[in-house]
Amino acid sequence: MANGYATRLNGKRTDWSGWFLYAMLTLLGLFMLLPLVYMVSNAFKPVGELFLFPPRFLVIQPTLKNFYDLLLVTGTSSVPFTRYIFNSGVVSLAVVALGVVISAMAAYPLSKHKDLPFGKGIFKLIILSLMFAPSVMLIPQYLVISKIGLINSYWALIIPGIANTLGLFLMKQFLDQISDALLEAARIDGASEWRVLWQVVFPMLKPAWTTFALVSFIGIWNDGNSAMIYTTSEEMKTLPYALNTINGGAGVVARVGTVGAASLLMTLPPVIVFAVTQRMALETFQHSGIKE
Amino acid sequence: MNGMDAQPMEIQYAAAPRTGRIAQLWRRMVRHRFSYLLLAPFLLLFTVFTIIPVVTSVGLSFTYYNILEAPRLIGFSNYRLLFVDDDIFLKAIGNTLKYAIVVGPVSYVMAFLLAWLISQIPIKYRFLYTLCFYTPSLTSAVAMSVIWMYLFSGDRYGLINYVLTKFGFLNEPWLWLQNEKTMMPVVIIVSLWMSLGFSFLSFLAGLQNVSRELYEAGSIDGIRYRWQQLWYITLPSVKPQLLFGAILQIVMSLQVADISMQLVGFPSPLYAGHTIMTHLHDYAFIRFEMGYAAAIAVVLFLMMVGLNRIIFKWLGSEE
Repeated sequence: MANGYATRLNGKRTDWSGWFLYAMLTLLGLFMLLPLVYMVSNAFKPVGELFLFPPRFLVIQPTLKNFYDLLLVTGTSSVPFTRYIFNSGVVSLAVVALGVVISAMAAYPLSKHKDLPFGKGIFKLIILSLMFAPSVMLIPQYLVISKIGLINSYWALIIPGIANTLGLFLMKQFLDQISDALLEAARIDGASEWRVLWQVVFPMLKPAWTTFALVSFIGIWNDGNSAMIYTTSEEMKTLPYALNTINGGAGVVARVGTVGAASLLMTLPPVIVFAVTQRMALETFQHSGIKE
Repeated sequence: MNGMDAQPMEIQYAAAPRTGRIAQLWRRMVRHRFSYLLLAPFLLLFTVFTIIPVVTSVGLSFTYYNILEAPRLIGFSNYRLLFVDDDIFLKAIGNTLKYAIVVGPVSYVMAFLLAWLISQIPIKYRFLYTLCFYTPSLTSAVAMSVIWMYLFSGDRYGLINYVLTKFGFLNEPWLWLQNEKTMMPVVIIVSLWMSLGFSFLSFLAGLQNVSRELYEAGSIDGIRYRWQQLWYITLPSVKPQLLFGAILQIVMSLQVADISMQLVGFPSPLYAGHTIMTHLHDYAFIRFEMGYAAAIAVVLFLMMVGLNRIIFKWLGSEE
């Protein structure tokens, strides 16, 4: 429906319903953005404005002092804030990169090797795993991680996140609608399955693995639990944990300015990643439907 | 199918029909060895971090286990304790259900309606609106809780208190995050704000793709109003996406913990914001009663999978 509301069902009078639609969407959209605008505004407020009465929604005299405090002043405490940013970055990149490779490798046979014994069963298990939250497995996962001896390492934060079942599901669904003709052509030319996968399938799968990256990045970047449970030393913690620490725990509003700056820094990367991958994500999610 | 083909063979070689079929399967598996090799890394991680944990959880839930000593089998005691003696758990179940019954359906319908409205406008404007509605779900409970705490702050500096007092709805500042009457509602509001996630994207993508011909055919068949179009053409065409969205929504609404822990504290005053997941956290990582915590996890697991099975039956079949 490219020309959307313009194709009205009947009549050609002034399109009131069209205007109404825009007005409503715009109002709702702005309403949804309010807390985010407030967050951005707080991040740039000088101390005086943060404790102003009556409270102000928008910043009057924006300052970068909060960011300066966050990056430099907190550096005098045991672990500088940049370390948390670094940790979050390393962990997220590793999870996304390893996840994309491993899931592309898994999605290919599940989708294209139709007579693979147990292939359907494996996929059913993956759908089943979408039906419960990973957090219900927190305890045994913790036991596994500690048995393998990974506690307090980057691997403890990376490995459990790699096998993202939602991402694999999306990849497999996307791959299902790619025609086999090209693969057959490559095989006839003598390409091995390994080469078919990386040189033919992987490029065509770009929207799907971009979406995988989006899904897995949002999950791992915002995940505060793993760092809380799997690491004990301060240098291994990630951003969500750091934010909680500066914040002084639930219910306490302390160092509002620094915290505002930190939450802005933490919120930006997922938004940027989504803005960049949006088109491909929508293309992939078209195939997200489940049919029995 | 192979079994059917093998039927006459079985009569002839009655001695070894079983081994024949297994050998055949084995040959097929060997032929596909490269496929299994490709699947291996994912399956290994999936097994270690999903399948084994689920099985272990069930096993541990019948034991007393505090990490230091070996698990000791105690039968159904954990479950009996959970449902008969643990008042706080019952409260947590109540809170979770209250939350899920509101947030699940409301955010599901909201996601669909907004996606539908967006799909009605020209493509070039869609991106902006999508970003508006989707961005909240990209934020984390931790990062946003600071902002919400500031907005809902209990003193005069809280913007919401300020506005409500100014317009005469309140006489004095209300302790939104400390009063047990408003704790859960605030958690619900914040969750709804953050809830337009992957299901929203899935609906949006599905709706953009309903073929125009269906609508044209519909108008020939006498469909005149937009709601008729929505009900008779649009909804059936995006049913697979509706099922996908429902599954994500159920899981999301039953696992509520982060937002509650961040906003109203852990444990929350009078346990008014306590949920099944926060109860699990309490027993697993504060009291280290892993057996009991595993029983909580199993209950939550069964609720999620059970509910999803029902939805699957309802939306998945037919055609």
